[in-house]
Amino acid sequence: MKRLEFRNVTKRFGTMTAVEGVSLAIADGEVVSLIGPSGCGKSTLLNMGSGLDPASSGEVLVDGELVTKPNKHVAFMLQKDLLLPWRTIVENVELGQEIQGVTKAERRQRARDLLVKCRLPDFIDHYPHQLSGGMRQRAALARTLAVDPTVLLMDEPFSALDAQTKMVLQQDLGRTLADTRKTALLITHDLVEAIAMSDRILVMSQRPGRIIEEIVVEIADRDSPMKRRQHPKVAGYIVQLMNLLQIEQAAA
Amino acid sequence: MSAASLLTMQPNVRKMVAGSALLFVLFLAFWQWGPGAFGIPEFIIPPASDVWKQFLRMVAKDHLLFHTGITAMQVGVGFVLGVLLGILCGFALGMSPSAEFVLSPYILALQIAPKVAFAPLFIIWFGYTVYPKILVCVLIVFFPVMINVLGAVRALDPDIVRLAKSFTANRLQVFWKIEFPAALPPLFAGLRIAATLAVIGVLVGELVGGNIGLGYLLSVGEGAGDTAAVFVTIILLTLIGIALYGIVVAIESRVLHYLPARARLAT
Ligand SMILES: Nc1ncnc2c1ncn2[C@@H]1O[C@H](COP(=O)(O)OP(=O)(O)OP(=O)(O)O)[C@@H](O)[C@H]1O
Ligand SMILES: [Mg+2]
Repeated sequence: MKRLEFRNVTKRFGTMTAVEGVSLAIADGEVVSLIGPSGCGKSTLLNMGSGLDPASSGEVLVDGELVTKPNKHVAFMLQKDLLLPWRTIVENVELGQEIQGVTKAERRQRARDLLVKCRLPDFIDHYPHQLSGGMRQRAALARTLAVDPTVLLMDEPFSALDAQTKMVLQQDLGRTLADTRKTALLITHDLVEAIAMSDRILVMSQRPGRIIEEIVVEIADRDSPMKRRQHPKVAGYIVQLMNLLQIEQAAA
Repeated sequence: MSAASLLTMQPNVRKMVAGSALLFVLFLAFWQWGPGAFGIPEFIIPPASDVWKQFLRMVAKDHLLFHTGITAMQVGVGFVLGVLLGILCGFALGMSPSAEFVLSPYILALQIAPKVAFAPLFIIWFGYTVYPKILVCVLIVFFPVMINVLGAVRALDPDIVRLAKSFTANRLQVFWKIEFPAALPPLFAGLRIAATLAVIGVLVGELVGGNIGLGYLLSVGEGAGDTAAVFVTIILLTLIGIALYGIVVAIESRVLHYLPARARLAT
């Protein structure tokens, strides 16, 4: 069953075409990475998926339904944690449920459970400025999961973190996505992250962005990106992606 | 500050409190005997004890407390109305860039115009009542509040609003859960400025016309060449300002308790 689908989607800003004729489908429980040069329209695609921005032409569907506005089953997460400084961590995690009218007791319980799962049990009543960057991004992940979305849209969620923290968070996310069978579209510039986290990788061209290649990652243990990173096949995928993205040509 | 909190304070904080108390005593002493020592006549700077005596005399004979109350009431009412209006306009303009574009020349003109110059005009309109004074106060309080709220709405990261919208927030939820709390720190910065201006607004109104309020006593004192009476009114006006400022800071420290201490310390 297709959770998220783009059918021949084009997005123009004025006279500039950001993405052109993009079609893709993500099945239930699948994790797909989107990779491509800067400015090729990855974030634009994600914004259309979340229902915040309309497509200029083509259709975006979630669970077979046309997306015209934000939808309770889709949640997004950005590079910025976007935690509200006036709310404690647990209150921040509750934000989505609060907006959706979940009762106080229920949402507090769920937020607490998630914070324990995201390994922040000691920071529940702290304010965001008291947390490190990695911890803040964990809290942002908990906030995204709190509304129990079926589809997660993530725009470079870990790109602002240091290498070690990033690996730990990837591991946590990989495990959570697998355990809860969530569907996810993950934008990243990190080739290894794309390989370690996803079932498939979609590669986009320069602007106007199109999908030029689909790579199926045939490595076991999708629930453990840490294990996957060490797999010998990774190097081969990196070479393939580098060629597609013309990274060597760009450096020459 | 309560006595209990004085006792539980850190030793270095206690030292600082003791220091500022000492300084105050020194200041009073200097005021009492300094002018005499430098040969400054009493009608230029009356010693502290004269001002105190004049204060007691004015309380007994000139209804000083009544006049102080009137001024304080006008300051309070003008401040609250000006702040509410400022908040309202700040949010309205902040959310509607086109309205701000159309209105900005007028807002700028009004902001640059010396607000106190409106006092005679308001007195022509409303006579020697409390209304012109309150109105000047409203006008003068309005701008710093509105500008700060407007700036805060503009400065808000649009991605935060988008995040809320992605959780299916409606317009009202975006306002109460995001925009309003986000505007509070700049709002309080504006309130602090407004608190210091509010007294000026009312005072100018009272100086221009009427026979009540500290401004009236001030002009009477001036006419009589009564320097001590002028000092008394200046001190009371300052105390009203300090009280208002203190209230703002007290509310601020409760509302903005989440800010890191160093961001709040700057009083
Ligand atoms: N609201 C907008 N108005 C006008 N142009 C826009 C808007 N949003 C994006 N663009 C343009 O669309 C193009 C694609 O932007 P987008 O943010 O989707 O790129 P991206 O692939 O996410 O890049 P990056 O990897 O650097 O994040 C860019 O050229 C950008 O300038
Ligand atoms: Mg982007």
